[in-house]
Amino acid sequence: MPSSPAAPAAPAVELIGIDKRFGAVHANRAVSVAIARGSIHGIVGENGAGKSTLMSILYGYYQADAGEIRVGGRPCRIHSSHDAIAAGIGMVHQHFMLVDDFSVLENVMLGIEGAPLLREATAKARAALADLSRSYGLDIDADAVIHDLPVGLQQRVEILKALYRGAEILILDEPTAVLTPQEVDQLFLMLRRFRELGKTVILITHKLREIMAVTDRVTVMRGGAVVDTVDTAATSREQLAEMMVGRKVLLQVEKPPATVGAVVLDVARLSVIDGSGVARVKDVSFNVRAGEIVGVAGVSGNGQSELLEALAGMRSFTGNVLVNGKAVTADHHYSLARMLRRRRVSHVPEDRQREGLVGPFAANESAILGYQDDPACNGLILMDRRKIVARCQTEMRSFDVRPCNPVLRTAAFSGGNQQKIVLAREIERDPALLLVGQPTRGVDIGAIEFIHRRLLEMRAAGKAILLVSVELDEILALADRILVMFDGRIVGELPRAEATEAKLGLLMAGIEGHA
Amino acid sequence: MAAAPASEIPRWVDYLLVPLVNLGVALLLTGVVVVAVGANPIEALKSLVFGAVGYPEAIGFTLYYATNFVFTGLAVAVAFHAGLFNIGCEGQANIGGLGVGLVCLALGQWPLVIVFPIAVAAAALFGAAWAFVPGYLQARRGSHIVITTIMFNFIASALMTYLVVHVLIEPGQQAPRSSDFAPGLWLPMAKDLTRALGIDIGDPPLNLSSLLAVLACVLVWLFIWHTRWGYELRTVGHSERAARYAGISRTRAIILAMLISGALSGLVAVNDIMGVHHYLPVGWTVGVGFVGIAVALMGRNHPVGIAMAALLFGALNQGGSEIAFDIPQITKEMVVVIQGLVILFCGALENMFKPQIAALFRRRAVAEAT
Repeated sequence: MPSSPAAPAAPAVELIGIDKRFGAVHANRAVSVAIARGSIHGIVGENGAGKSTLMSILYGYYQADAGEIRVGGRPCRIHSSHDAIAAGIGMVHQHFMLVDDFSVLENVMLGIEGAPLLREATAKARAALADLSRSYGLDIDADAVIHDLPVGLQQRVEILKALYRGAEILILDEPTAVLTPQEVDQLFLMLRRFRELGKTVILITHKLREIMAVTDRVTVMRGGAVVDTVDTAATSREQLAEMMVGRKVLLQVEKPPATVGAVVLDVARLSVIDGSGVARVKDVSFNVRAGEIVGVAGVSGNGQSELLEALAGMRSFTGNVLVNGKAVTADHHYSLARMLRRRRVSHVPEDRQREGLVGPFAANESAILGYQDDPACNGLILMDRRKIVARCQTEMRSFDVRPCNPVLRTAAFSGGNQQKIVLAREIERDPALLLVGQPTRGVDIGAIEFIHRRLLEMRAAGKAILLVSVELDEILALADRILVMFDGRIVGELPRAEATEAKLGLLMAGIEGHA
Repeated sequence: MAAAPASEIPRWVDYLLVPLVNLGVALLLTGVVVVAVGANPIEALKSLVFGAVGYPEAIGFTLYYATNFVFTGLAVAVAFHAGLFNIGCEGQANIGGLGVGLVCLALGQWPLVIVFPIAVAAAALFGAAWAFVPGYLQARRGSHIVITTIMFNFIASALMTYLVVHVLIEPGQQAPRSSDFAPGLWLPMAKDLTRALGIDIGDPPLNLSSLLAVLACVLVWLFIWHTRWGYELRTVGHSERAARYAGISRTRAIILAMLISGALSGLVAVNDIMGVHHYLPVGWTVGVGFVGIAVALMGRNHPVGIAMAALLFGALNQGGSEIAFDIPQITKEMVVVIQGLVILFCGALENMFKPQIAALFRRRAVAEAT
């Protein structure tokens, strides 16, 4: 534990009785949290638990309906991010807010140039940035252009931006989502250094392991309210998960040994070149057999998404893809994506909101996306809407979608329930091959368990499953074989038994030697 | 994260209250304009309402105008469901007129029962063909549909003028119009029907086409929400990426939407050319395609809403001419200003008061929840 400064030990930030409603949704219910100066404080909770709302209130994006914010013991009104910055609060967003074509220095000084002439301002900023880098040990080339930097360094620029604006309290929203395990370690070293220097860090994450690794105290939220705030040392992952969900959850679903059958998907020398002429997938070959889950690991943006889209018929590619030994081709009437569906290839896309579902559609309409011309739900001309609704109702029941209402707008369902609608649609078609991208992204812990169990059931039923995920935990929990992609290539293949986080991490970072 | 979508307000508020508030504001502003030109706004409103629905002939005129607006409103809506803004209904209607004209001129000796379906098909086909080109250019070449359809309005107008003046003109005549169609091909009028029943409703241009408009509403509703093609079209309109995921061809959906949109626009010609003029004139569309945009916007792209909005605009059109007749200060141009205001508030600014009204209802919902 860090030693508090000798001065009166007012918390760095104190949120007292924060209450916020959006229409009928009670996003924050009388939330009170005190965050000690010079500590790393974690906030965990499922989607919709209200942690993002709470942080948005602290950073001035929303105003609380009731309650008080105190910074350094003094009541503080925060009406905009300007107020927050003035109060010494900085925020590092999950999606970086950087100008890609600007240099590190230009990004850091953007908006607070501080002198009428750019030359003068740049000189000042450069000196200040050098100071910051030195005192926090944040090594960075001030003249590097953002889009040349790896994601880990881009995040460092975001942190420097906050520090440059005088942040004493740093909020990090899901900071590890885009990092390799090694980059995560570096980030945590950085956060510990901040703590030594007396800064306060608020870490929002859904990864309980990270909470355990780096925080001093942790606040658990559920349904808009604080369940408890506890010392990290006095709790465990299981206990935190139980508090988040409100019941006991299995963090690791039991996985029986695989009974592997014939090759279902055979990919040979597949390459994808995107619209702007950049090679996204480079000469990739692998196969997936019946009854096994093949996991594709990698830091986001290394070609996994493009590989999955190519296999699902959403992107053009070169190379050979055989499904059950036969090539699949589009013809005049049917696009490749449709032909694949007819050959019993199901696809759970990475971006369920924009690809897997249509937000304004009723749930039952979204539940036939891709299968809209299935004879089962069509008459000669008109669709059999009654049958479609009934089918959706059945699927919703068997996948425990809540609310179980097929005519509700798709966008009105929570992330986890939307994902269940997609999974139900794809799994209930009894596919031979299931392509799955990020099945639990933005999904509650309780639903993660459910989804993992369903995927393992599919595996037990002898289906071939290709799983693309940036969550290493998920790959390790489900896959029988693991392919690691870096820069569009498969740089390594490991059987599950030989895969360790360290080995995978090195491969994900493109450091050869294992492949 | 937990924020409810801002649009979750009762449907009747969205579909009824908001348009009514918009209409009210438009009328209020109209009142100001009327006062400014020195007329009495109450008298003007009375005249407007009486002129639109005050007596049988007025109602007949209102319904006749509404028929045209239903066709173009539906046309705009179908394109809109596929994410396209078809500004070209005017031109597509104009070319639809060519189809009707050619059929009626060529088949003068045939009975109406046979010619009517052929003329309807020709109107739809010609309108669809005119919409196909911008649709194709959008789908295959990425030429923006708003630009191309506007341009095609002008091309249609020039083409029709050329054809009527140089090719189809009545031999030996000076007026830019074709010869009259055979009287056997004039569409049955509502006034004939009522006269047969012993009721005289004057001389409104209301004819058989209005039933066609009702049929079009039903068919469009079925197509958009109850067929796989309508489903695919809506998917493309909402999310191109979802369409790609589902293996739906965006190109085909766009072209299909424009074909149907153009066909619906073309049907205006059945009402006007075959039902009213009984010959092919030039420049007969007089903005019906543009009113269709306002009608579709106000009717929320749903056939029921479109029918209601079309009736409103039909009433404004008819009542507007009555005002110009009754109140000398309000000229015909002033009536256009009034209609413009209604279009401005109900069409272009349809969401101006929506956030406030939505906030009001959210607050009420919260008050009920606590």
